[in-house]
Amino acid sequence: MNASPPRMSIAGSAPSLTEAARALLTRDLRLLWRRRGDALQPALFALMVVVLFALALGNDPQLQAKVAAGVLWVAALLAGLLALDTLFRGDAEDGSLEQWMLAPVPLAWLVAVRTFIHWATTAWPLLLATPFLAELMHLPRAQLPILMTGLALGTPLLSLIGAVIAALTVGMRRSGILVGLLALPLYVPVLVFGAGSVAASAQGLDPVGALLLLGAGLIVAMVLAPLTAAAAIRIAVN
Amino acid sequence: MTDPSLQAPPLLAARGLSFARNDEPVFGPLDFTVDAGEALLIRGDNGAGKTTLLRVLAGLLRPEAGRIEIDGRGTDAPARTRVLAYLGHLPALKADLGALENLEFLCGLQGRRRSQSPDAAMRIVGLDGYQDALARQLSAGQKKRLSLARIWLSPAPVWLLDEPYANLDLDGIELVNRMVQAHLREGGAALVTTHGAYAAPPVRTRELVMRRAA
Repeated sequence: MNASPPRMSIAGSAPSLTEAARALLTRDLRLLWRRRGDALQPALFALMVVVLFALALGNDPQLQAKVAAGVLWVAALLAGLLALDTLFRGDAEDGSLEQWMLAPVPLAWLVAVRTFIHWATTAWPLLLATPFLAELMHLPRAQLPILMTGLALGTPLLSLIGAVIAALTVGMRRSGILVGLLALPLYVPVLVFGAGSVAASAQGLDPVGALLLLGAGLIVAMVLAPLTAAAAIRIAVN
Repeated sequence: MTDPSLQAPPLLAARGLSFARNDEPVFGPLDFTVDAGEALLIRGDNGAGKTTLLRVLAGLLRPEAGRIEIDGRGTDAPARTRVLAYLGHLPALKADLGALENLEFLCGLQGRRRSQSPDAAMRIVGLDGYQDALARQLSAGQKKRLSLARIWLSPAPVWLLDEPYANLDLDGIELVNRMVQAHLREGGAALVTTHGAYAAPPVRTRELVMRRAA
């Protein structure tokens, strides 16, 4: 009851949200640089899918132009799906996720930052490649801006939905095809509105409504998906 | 109950804490307190629930019943993150990053003590010269030392050390004991699990012996 030593106060500063985000960003960019070959994989995969379609459809530019938007959307979606497994798996296996959960910043914030970085590093090369892929599929040039806008709004939405699925399956050693089975039904609305906006403009209709719906979906997902994914990670890591 | 005006509440206290996995009791109910300047040595056989207890305290697992108090107040998991630093079985190191880069990231995530730098912490744990070595090239013991450097940098007053002696050589065991001693002298506290009777730090120590739930 006596001679108790001085009580240690919290002798330092907890990181702010921006500091934690910067630490995570620095780490992921360093990792990306160390494995810079991996960064191009989703774009290369999308290229393969598009080439396969172009070959399968034969030398029929008009037919290709008609299905181009749909093919490009499916290619982007599948490439994103394949990249999904790397979102949290590495961090779960080496124990990083545990330390995320024990950090004095909300887990949902770290999940949001990680999802953004993952989207930026996997989807941006794909977006850059899209004009070339569109040319390959004989997409009419007038429709390219609508396709690009749709992909710019749609791919982060796909990443956010995918983050929830990736978080749900992070506790399993091999999730493989299960991720696809869970994620693809949720991707359907994004695909419908994304490819639909280009189809509408091809028919001379106004594509803005579909794009606005994608934007609205993105805003809702930005708020809800990190919270849901964080809750799923807490369940998975135990 | 003692009068709180006569005695400061303990830094960390568990009241009737128990945990069950799929309705199978793992441990508890447990009651213990750890004061500032004290170490709690958690002993028990394999499977007795030592690791699970630390994970519950850290907030990685939700307790079945009971409460965890910090300074006499009940807490939830997010509130405890500022007070607790956890050394687990997984090192949380990215294999493709250098040792110092790993440490800088974990400090950026969890905050760090004023007057301490990652570089100095690496010297303290005996990893001077390994700053740029990739984590994949470090031995298990060196990874453990790097994790100890993270704990050393943490601003949290309560350390949860799960088997800190595993993989360490004699010099490393001595290092853990010195770190715990220094931390306790500053008014911190440490909970240390071990399955053996060896290598307890020479500090004011309470003991908690855990047995496998029947």
